[in-house]
Amino acid sequence: MELLNMQGISKSFFKNKVLDNVHLKVKEGSVHALMGENGAGKSTLMKILAGVYKADSGEIFIDGQKVEILSPTAAQKLGIAMIHQELSALPEMTVAENIFLSREPGKLGLVDYKKMHEDTAVLMKTLKIDISSKKKMKELRVADQQMVEIAKAISLDARIIIMDEPTSAITDKEVDTLFEIIRSLTKQGKSIIYISHKMDEVFKICDEITILRDGSFIGTWPASELDDASLIKQMVGRELKDVFPKVDVPIGDNLIEIKNLSCHNQFEDISFNVRKGEILGVAGLVGSGRTEVMQTIFGLAPSDEGQIIFEGKVLNTKTPTDAIKHGIAFVTEDRKKEGIIPDMGVGQNVTLPFMSQFCSKFINQYLGFIVDRRKEADTIEKQIKALGIKTKSSKQTIASLSGGNQQKVILAKWLTGDPSVLILDEPTRGIDVGAKAEIYKLMCEFVSRGKAIIMVSSEMPEVMGMSDRIIVMSNRKLGGELNRSEFSQERIMDLAVSHL
Amino acid sequence: MSDAMVIEDLRDVTEKKSLFSPKDFFSNFGTLIGLVLVVLVITIIKPQFLGLENIFNLLRQTSINGLLALGMTFVVLTGGIDLSVGSIVGASGIYAALVAQHSELPWIVPVLVGVGIGFVLGSINGIVIARLRVPPFIATLGMLSIARGITYLASDARPVPGLSQGFLMIGGGSVGFIPIPVIILAVALVLCWLLLYRTKFGRYIYAVGGNETASKVSGVKVRSVVWASYMISGALAGLAGVVLTSRVSSGLAQAGTGYETDVIAAVVIGGTSLAGGRGRLWGTIVGFLIIGVMNNGLDMMAVSSYWQLIIKGTIIVVAAMMDSLNDSK
Repeated sequence: MELLNMQGISKSFFKNKVLDNVHLKVKEGSVHALMGENGAGKSTLMKILAGVYKADSGEIFIDGQKVEILSPTAAQKLGIAMIHQELSALPEMTVAENIFLSREPGKLGLVDYKKMHEDTAVLMKTLKIDISSKKKMKELRVADQQMVEIAKAISLDARIIIMDEPTSAITDKEVDTLFEIIRSLTKQGKSIIYISHKMDEVFKICDEITILRDGSFIGTWPASELDDASLIKQMVGRELKDVFPKVDVPIGDNLIEIKNLSCHNQFEDISFNVRKGEILGVAGLVGSGRTEVMQTIFGLAPSDEGQIIFEGKVLNTKTPTDAIKHGIAFVTEDRKKEGIIPDMGVGQNVTLPFMSQFCSKFINQYLGFIVDRRKEADTIEKQIKALGIKTKSSKQTIASLSGGNQQKVILAKWLTGDPSVLILDEPTRGIDVGAKAEIYKLMCEFVSRGKAIIMVSSEMPEVMGMSDRIIVMSNRKLGGELNRSEFSQERIMDLAVSHL
Repeated sequence: MSDAMVIEDLRDVTEKKSLFSPKDFFSNFGTLIGLVLVVLVITIIKPQFLGLENIFNLLRQTSINGLLALGMTFVVLTGGIDLSVGSIVGASGIYAALVAQHSELPWIVPVLVGVGIGFVLGSINGIVIARLRVPPFIATLGMLSIARGITYLASDARPVPGLSQGFLMIGGGSVGFIPIPVIILAVALVLCWLLLYRTKFGRYIYAVGGNETASKVSGVKVRSVVWASYMISGALAGLAGVVLTSRVSSGLAQAGTGYETDVIAAVVIGGTSLAGGRGRLWGTIVGFLIIGVMNNGLDMMAVSSYWQLIIKGTIIVVAAMMDSLNDSK
C-alpha cells in the first residue's frame, strides 16, 4: 500500500524547469532512497512535499487521498517532517527549546519549561540518545546536533520523515543508532524518504530507490536490483570517467610541504606534501578539520606548531595578503559568505586581490594608487572569455549570476594572479553538472602547467575522480593517505573514522 | 540542499536587471527627481529662491553639511557610522579659533590645526573600531561626548572672538562671486570622487562594505581600510569646523551640535545603504542639496523651525523606506 504518491510533479523557477513530470511512490513502512546528482531536483521535490514550494503541476496523494500542501504548517499537519541537511537549529537555545520551537507546552503564552524538559528527556530515552535537554545547541558536537534534529522530526509524530543527508556529519556508531531508529520507525508503519550520496548506506537501509537526473524522473527500482555501477550510471547518465576529465600530467618536485602543523582545538600534527602537476584530494567527514588546515595555510588562522615549506623555503603566512604574494590562492567553501562581493560587478570581483597590478606605470611615480582602468578592463575581458563566464557585461553584479558562473568568477579572480598553488574547498558545491565539468577541465588545465591543486571535497565521486592522491582527515588528525590505485569509497570511509 | 542553491541561482539569472528598466531609472534618479520637485515647489511659492544671490547663500550654508556628508559616505560604505562628526566640528573649530586669534600667524596655520585635530580624533575612532573591535555606533557615540568635552575644556564654554583677517576670509570671502566655502567643497568633492572611483583604496572601501570576509580572503587589509575611512571622515569634519568657525567669526563651544542628523540624513537620502557596500557619491551630493534646499526654502517661507524638524525627519524615513522597498522588490 502506498503511503505517499507524488504524480507528474513539475516545477519551474522563472522559465527554468527544475522538475519535469517527476513521480515518487513511497510504500507504507518502507525506507525509500531518493538519489541523483547535485542539481538533479531532489531537494526541490522534497521542498514541494514539505510545503516550502508549490508545484506548477502534478498531484500529491497521501493514503490515496488527494492533498494540497500549501505551507510547511500544512505539511506538518499531514504528518510530513523534514530533517534538513544543513542544521537549522538556534545555537543559543537549549535542546528542549529547539525541539519544541513554535509548539512550546504551556498556557496563556507562558512556557511550561518543566514539562518541556521532561518530554524531551523521555523522547531522548526512547531514541537511546544521550544528550541533556538543558544543553545549549552550540555546546553540542555537530553529530549530536544532527541527532537532536532527528529527534525533533520524530517528536512531531510524522508519518513521512524526509532525511536529507542525515549522516553527513556523524560517526559510524551513530549511523548504526540512526539505522536502528529508522527500523523501529518503519515497524510502526512510518515511511522514510532518505537522501544520501553514500551508496553503501543506501543499499544497507533502503528498500526502494528512485533516481532523478537533471530534473527528470529516471525510474524506481527495488534496492536489490541495483548495484553501485548501475546506480551511478543511472544517476549520471554516462560512465564516471566522462564526468571527470582527469588528464594524466607528469608529476614533478615538491611544491608545498606541510610539516607537523597543529592548531589548538582545530587540528593536530598534520603533514602532507603536494607536487607540481598534482591534484591532492582532502577527504574526511564534515567537521574533521579540513577547512581549518586550509585556512591556516592561507594565513586566515594562526598555527601553534609546524611548518609550511613552499618551494623549499619556510613560509610564514600571517595574513591572506602574505599567502597571495607567495602565489597561494584559496577558493573558499561558502561562496556567498566568503567568496563574492555581491553588489560589485563581475569585473571588480575578478581584479580585487590584484589591484596593484593595475595601477598605472605611467603616472606611477606620483600617483601609484590610481587604477589604470583600461588595463584592468582588458584583463577582465580576457578572463571572462578564458573561463567562459556567462554575463551580460563585466559590470553586471556577481550576485545576479548562477552559482556555476559565480564560482567561475572566483576562479578567474585567483587565476588573474597566476598562483602556483590553488586550494579549493568544496569547489563544485551547489553547481549544475555542466558547470562542474567545466571547472574540472580548468583544474586539469591548471595543473598541466606545473602547478598544484589541493582540493577539499565531501563528494566521493569528485574526490576519487579528480585526485592523483587523497589524504583523509579524521577527527582533526591525519587519517591516512591513498594513491590513485588504492582509491575506493570503503577505504576512504575507513580512514575517515580511524581516529573517532 | 545544493539543489536549493541552484534554484536560488536560477532565480537570480532570470531576475537579471536589464540595463534600462524604469525601476532602475527610479532607484538611480529618484532622489534627483525629488530634488527638482522640492526646488520647483519652493520656487513657485517664493520666486526669489532661484536668485543667484540666494543660490550662493544656500551653497555657502550647505558647504559644512556637504563636507561632513562626503566623509560620512566613506564610513557608511564600509558598513560603519560616524556619530561624532558634529562634536569634531566643535573641537577643531575651537582650536582653530584659538590659534587664529594670533593675527601674526598666516591663515594656513589655524586651518592645519583644525584639520589636524579632526584627523587625530577620526584616527582614534578608527583605531577603536578597526583594532579594538568596538562597534562603530558605540565608538563614535563615545567620541561624540569626548570631543564635545574637549571643546568645552579648551574654551571654558566662552566664545573665542577676534580672529585674524586672513582666517575670516575662509568662511566669509569670495572669489569673484563664488563663496570660498563653495570652492572648498567643490575641491573636496573632486578629491573624494578620485579617491573613491579611481584608486584601489576606493575599490577596497566598496569591497569591505560589500563583504568583509570575502575581502579579507582576497587579501584586502580590511582593518586599514576601515581605519582610513574614519580618518577621512574626521579630517573632513575638521575642515568643516574651520569653515564654520570662520563663517561665524568666532569659535563657539556648542558649534556643530546635532549636525550628525543632517549628515546621516544626506547620505541615506542619497541612497547609500547603511549596511555598506552600496551607494554613490553623487547620491550624497543630491542628498545634502535636498537638505540644504529644504533648510533654506523653509526658512524663506517662514515655516517654524519646529515644523522644519518634523518635515526633515519625515523625509529621512521616507527616503530610507523607498530604498528598502526597492531592495525587496
